[in-house]
Amino acid sequence: MIVQAGNAGKDIRSDCLVEMESADSGGIRIELDSRVERMYGASIRKLVEEGMRYFGISHARIRVEDQGALPFVIMARLEAAARQIKKDIPEFLPPMLKENEYPSFPERHRFSRLYLPGNTPKMMLNAGIHKPHGMILDLEDSVAPARKAEARVLVRNALRAVSFYGAERMVRINQWPAGREDLPYVIPHRVHTLLVPKCEDPEQIMELEAVVETIKKDHGVKEPVFLMPIIESALGVEMAYRIACSSKQVVALAIGLEDYTADLGTRRSDEGTESFYARSRLVNACKAARIQAIDSVFSDVADTEGLARTIEHSKQLGFEGMGCIHPRQIPVIHAGYAPGNEEIEKARKIVLAYEEAESKGLGVVSVGTKMIDPPVVKRALRIMDLAVEMGIVSKEWRNEPHED
Amino acid sequence: MKTDLVKNAAGRLVPVTVNGEPAVPYQGIGKYKPQKNKHAPRIATCADYPSDGNKLVPGLKEALVRAGIRNGMTVSTHHHFRDGDLVANQLFDAIHELGIKDIRWVPSASFPCHGYLIKYLEDGTIHHIEGSMNGPLGKFASEGKMRGTGVLRSHGGRYQAIQDGELKIDIAVIGAPAADPFGNANGLSGPSACGLLGFALADSQYADRVIVVTDNLVPFPCIPWQIQGNYVDYVVEVEHIGIPEKIVSGTTRITKSPDRLYLAELTARFCDVTGIIRDGFSFQSGAGGTSLAVGEYFRQIMKERGIKARFARGGSNKYLVSMLEEGLVDYILDGQTFDLEGVRSMAENPRHVWTSPFTSYNYHGKGNFAGMVDVVILGATEIDLEFNANVVSHSDGYLLHGIGGWQNCLFSKTVILPVPLFRDRVPVIRDRVTTLCGPGEMIDVVVTERGIAINPLRKDLLDKVKGTDLPIRTIAELKEEAEAVCGVPETSGVGDRVIAVVKWVDGTVLDSVWQVRT
Repeated sequence: MIVQAGNAGKDIRSDCLVEMESADSGGIRIELDSRVERMYGASIRKLVEEGMRYFGISHARIRVEDQGALPFVIMARLEAAARQIKKDIPEFLPPMLKENEYPSFPERHRFSRLYLPGNTPKMMLNAGIHKPHGMILDLEDSVAPARKAEARVLVRNALRAVSFYGAERMVRINQWPAGREDLPYVIPHRVHTLLVPKCEDPEQIMELEAVVETIKKDHGVKEPVFLMPIIESALGVEMAYRIACSSKQVVALAIGLEDYTADLGTRRSDEGTESFYARSRLVNACKAARIQAIDSVFSDVADTEGLARTIEHSKQLGFEGMGCIHPRQIPVIHAGYAPGNEEIEKARKIVLAYEEAESKGLGVVSVGTKMIDPPVVKRALRIMDLAVEMGIVSKEWRNEPHED
Repeated sequence: MKTDLVKNAAGRLVPVTVNGEPAVPYQGIGKYKPQKNKHAPRIATCADYPSDGNKLVPGLKEALVRAGIRNGMTVSTHHHFRDGDLVANQLFDAIHELGIKDIRWVPSASFPCHGYLIKYLEDGTIHHIEGSMNGPLGKFASEGKMRGTGVLRSHGGRYQAIQDGELKIDIAVIGAPAADPFGNANGLSGPSACGLLGFALADSQYADRVIVVTDNLVPFPCIPWQIQGNYVDYVVEVEHIGIPEKIVSGTTRITKSPDRLYLAELTARFCDVTGIIRDGFSFQSGAGGTSLAVGEYFRQIMKERGIKARFARGGSNKYLVSMLEEGLVDYILDGQTFDLEGVRSMAENPRHVWTSPFTSYNYHGKGNFAGMVDVVILGATEIDLEFNANVVSHSDGYLLHGIGGWQNCLFSKTVILPVPLFRDRVPVIRDRVTTLCGPGEMIDVVVTERGIAINPLRKDLLDKVKGTDLPIRTIAELKEEAEAVCGVPETSGVGDRVIAVVKWVDGTVLDSVWQVRT
């Protein structure tokens, strides 16, 4: 039997193709064709040998066509190939990067979340440097059905070995119930948030949550795994509020307008008249459930002006973020959803009042005659942090003179 | 050939003779000052040339014969048609048909289209190449298949070598998009228009015989005369000298790669924060995707702040031309035009000025333009912990680029190399560069997508970035990060035979290129 995993070809970079043929004798025979042969040939061979020992496969011919794949990619391709020859092999895991061990929290900002095709390593490697609020390793639409299995292994390894630079660690699983198969590959590896596509029934979320909990328990995962259902159909829109309330782990709903407009029997227009109802309905459902409302991606990557206009409208409707498909969109999205001057001014007063009350040992915070609740303080702190992060106010804003 | 090796001032092992002639090892920057006169070509007399000024000869072969071609001669060509060049290949077909052997070929650069000439290296028509060796020629030479030792020079170094008599050219063959029968020529019009012919200037002045080859013969006078007919011996008309779409691209495009755009933006921000971008400044940014993007970010910053540049050095392209036309740049001093807009602008706009390696880069002159430029943005294949950089070979030892104007540009006031931290698993920052092309003391800033390293010699720049949000790291930190991602590379197994040398701008030998073990 000859099996394959991965990609090769003229335009492929940072990936490899592993072809494996099982045998009854002859040991492990490796044929390596690598563009980095002179610099990494020996270490690639060693990695392949180590993997085969780990899988308990003693005889096979392995051909590796390598276009500069990083070790975690080679490991994923090797494992995905070996799995087709021998079921129940152990997972060949790259070490988890220390810098990836940070928590997320429900209220964190999700202005931008960058989609990364789950079977294309090249796009994953430097995605974090563009500082999206979230990085999504996508197992759904960007992965061909025949490649789902190898993509799961790659996504798992990427969760461990690719630096996320502080972005929320997201995976878009396949539509429920097919997405159930994705979960064992992501839950044990510090995923923060699962995107659940084409969601139209709160039952799906409840089922999903139960499976997630089981896997968490089996692997001793303590951190929460948040959920972001994506509403992409007329029925989904009608069910939005119930989906939003279906689990404590649901932190946001996103809308996917390509499928939604298809479901309506129409097409997306620049003005968005056809989706106005759905978007408003979704925002309302989210606000009622006290979670974030996230807008659909803007698909014309080159049109940054159109993107900026769309965001202005989106923010006015009440959305708090948007998906993106190209890093170029990130700065535009951040600027668009960034807190306005009035918002920052209000937050500044609240934070200062809170810090003053704390230093005086007062239990109650007030601005003017208004009492301030702890969640409001928390939100104000986040706004100020964000304003600093985005360079709208200086790091030293507390000490800078300000007219009151 | 067995030759003695010595350690030069940069600590690199270099041969003391190259192709049988003595070579001076690199002594340090500004240390080697030859005390002699420039090369003087023979005195020609009008009595030997047609009195009506018509130097037309029927065919390249005939011109070569009249020029007295012999075995072992040095013949030069130029790369202003880039990968669309048809001159060099036709020339060596003619030389081959004449049964001439052992030619030293001195192109100002070679391109993948010249892979055609490998058969002439193999059959002995060409002995060896002195000039950049890219693609198939680079592979051929790197694997030790070329008979002589290759010599890699910068554009300025080529001018210097010809001027100083270090490189004596017997026959120069200059492809000209427009020429008259007297030999006046320019690159501005005709089907093979390429803008300018600056790379051929030294050859026209110093070669023993000069042949102009054109596919666009115009009646005297061909104006402007970028190459002066008074230097020219013969003019040959042929059907085609270039493939237009491969000479200049119809449109130059800025990179779409998000990582490269990020690099470019970070580079421009660095220049902004450190005050390099200021009224009256000057810059040079190449034609690569990242460099083009740096130019575009410069434009945005300049527009925002109302800043004008006094001059920009080309390679010109439509983006630079539009900055000139918008009044953001007073002058373009251009070494080569990369797209049709560049050619158009040079033909129309007196502020778009053609230059040559003499004015721009020649180190054995009374100054040159390169040193006056405030900031230059360059590429590199490798950089080491001392900021030494490589631009000619890959980390696996194979030759893959020419030096171009790269070494000459290092004399700019601030040299910035925006490079990815790694390319398809190959780290760019190394313990030691495979081939030394630029001494680290001349390289000021390395910008990667994961941080900016400033040469510790530039205390002024280190002070200026203090307290800013620029991601400043040490070069050692960047190297460690690359190796953490890619793994530590195995030492490349290069052989012990020198297949080429890299010359410094003063003609001394900066480093050796070693044969790759196959």
